[in-house]
Amino acid sequence: MQLESMYQEIILDHYRAPHHKGLREPYDVEVHHVNPTCGDEITLRVKLDGRTVTDVSYDSAGCSISQASASVLTDLVIGRDIDAGLLAHREFVALMQSRGEITPDETVLEDAVAFTGVSKYPARVKCALLSWMAWKDATAQASGMAASNSDDAAANSVPDATITKGSAE
Amino acid sequence: MSLTDISVGTYDVELLRKDFPILERRVHDGVPLVYLDSANTSQKPRLVLDTLVEFYEQHNSNIHRATHALGEEATEAYEGARMKVAAFIGAPSADEVVFTKNSSEALNLVANVLAWGPRGLKPGDEIVITEMEHHSNIVPWQLLCERTGATLRWFGVTDEGRLDLSNIDELINSRTKVVSFVHVSNVLGTVNPVALIAARAHAVGALVVLDASQSVPQLPVDVQALGVDFLAFTGHKMLGPTGIGVLWGRRELLEALPPFLGGGEMIETVTMQGSTYAGLPHKYEAGTPPIAEAVALGAAVDYLTTVGIDAVAAHEHKITAYALEALKGVAELRILGPTEPVDRGGAISFTLGAVHPHDVAQVLDGRGVAVRAGHHCGRPIHQRFGVSASTRASFYLYTTESEIDALVSGLDEAKRFFG
Repeated sequence: MQLESMYQEIILDHYRAPHHKGLREPYDVEVHHVNPTCGDEITLRVKLDGRTVTDVSYDSAGCSISQASASVLTDLVIGRDIDAGLLAHREFVALMQSRGEITPDETVLEDAVAFTGVSKYPARVKCALLSWMAWKDATAQASGMAASNSDDAAANSVPDATITKGSAE
Repeated sequence: MSLTDISVGTYDVELLRKDFPILERRVHDGVPLVYLDSANTSQKPRLVLDTLVEFYEQHNSNIHRATHALGEEATEAYEGARMKVAAFIGAPSADEVVFTKNSSEALNLVANVLAWGPRGLKPGDEIVITEMEHHSNIVPWQLLCERTGATLRWFGVTDEGRLDLSNIDELINSRTKVVSFVHVSNVLGTVNPVALIAARAHAVGALVVLDASQSVPQLPVDVQALGVDFLAFTGHKMLGPTGIGVLWGRRELLEALPPFLGGGEMIETVTMQGSTYAGLPHKYEAGTPPIAEAVALGAAVDYLTTVGIDAVAAHEHKITAYALEALKGVAELRILGPTEPVDRGGAISFTLGAVHPHDVAQVLDGRGVAVRAGHHCGRPIHQRFGVSASTRASFYLYTTESEIDALVSGLDEAKRFFG
């Protein structure tokens, strides 16, 4: 295996200097997800203003793939419409389930296209999806939409705690 | 292949390796496999593989119920395997050897039958385990406590990775009904002082359950010398196939305790009003068991006996000492558990600076080196040492010093890559 095929420079950059890391106020919903097979975990907060994701903050412990993925996620969803974030979510899940067989849409996924190599390693797909599943869970709760979706099964990340603050003013 | 093909006399690891077809594998476009994950599952010698195929090709039949030639052959092979296992662990009688699916099922069996019946556990009773247990020796007892109202307590672990026995007389007291602990830790490698703990447990009238999943494969184990009441282990970590495990229990206990699973083969007579149960060991083996797997486990025992379990233990000790020394040379590597090869098995878990175990394992895998990354079904002991995960290299009778060297050089690369 060529290490570089999985660990693209973009991934290593996000891993070494993650964006938007740390838990911030204010927030609408806080969730905690774990990957039961390895113990990686993330606490993630979402703040909405209407249909706009105004902030996503997080505290996480895990491997380079899970850390970089969370960083890339926040770049893609903060300041954007929920639906744009959900579109990116769908595309990212599809990419991670593709075993490297599809060419991702860079206009939708931006830096997240760097995870294409990760999708060839099934054992690491869950690492990449941990923060994305947490974000979707939190956003669904904050916006009052139905949380369950078939692609959640792919993540195998387990939401084990949710703290919902008062709804956004 | 016959047993005479196995090397005898001086321990020749290169010759032994030829008995394991998978060790010739290459992975990831051509790098040789370096298999350092035997605490997870061991590889299988040709003898075991041939036994599986031969059973299905020549003797396949159900057991204890078919009145034909194949039925007799299959029954003889299955019961023969039970006798081999009994002899291997020094059991006074093969009737005390119950075949299960694995160690987890064996431990769940004990925990369940102790919960049931007129002598079942009740509020006020205490069960003692340790902080270094595999989840399979934690969760069954938690479930038992939830059901019965009994209280779960546990030994802590010292910074060196040994059981903290300073409060043993308080922890194991007149309320204690069961003490269940691991012989050799799958995370720390620690070999626990079984006789000492068993003596204290028996002094207060408690039963002793030993999880021997990591010890039966690599150490001489004699249930009578250890002085325990129940012993659980699994076939696939000792050169056998998956799907077959063992519970050994003292006869009078197995006879007195209620059945676990109900069904075929475990009965004496059944009426619509009620049933009576078969004698040992069939009382605890409901349904058609994993027959071929049991027979192949018997072959694994033959293999270990021919090589010599003392020789296996000596090799394990030597290779563990070599690895501990080699790993001391890796900067920022911290071993969880004893760092000297004293009362220590061949599983070494470690952290490598800030590099996450998943990333360490990925770099190693790229070089063909197979290790385990995560909490190895031992989350509490990782929490005890303040980490969520570790990388674990584990060894067995086929592990060579050059494989340890490959591990060390892979760790150096991981540090360079993520440093």
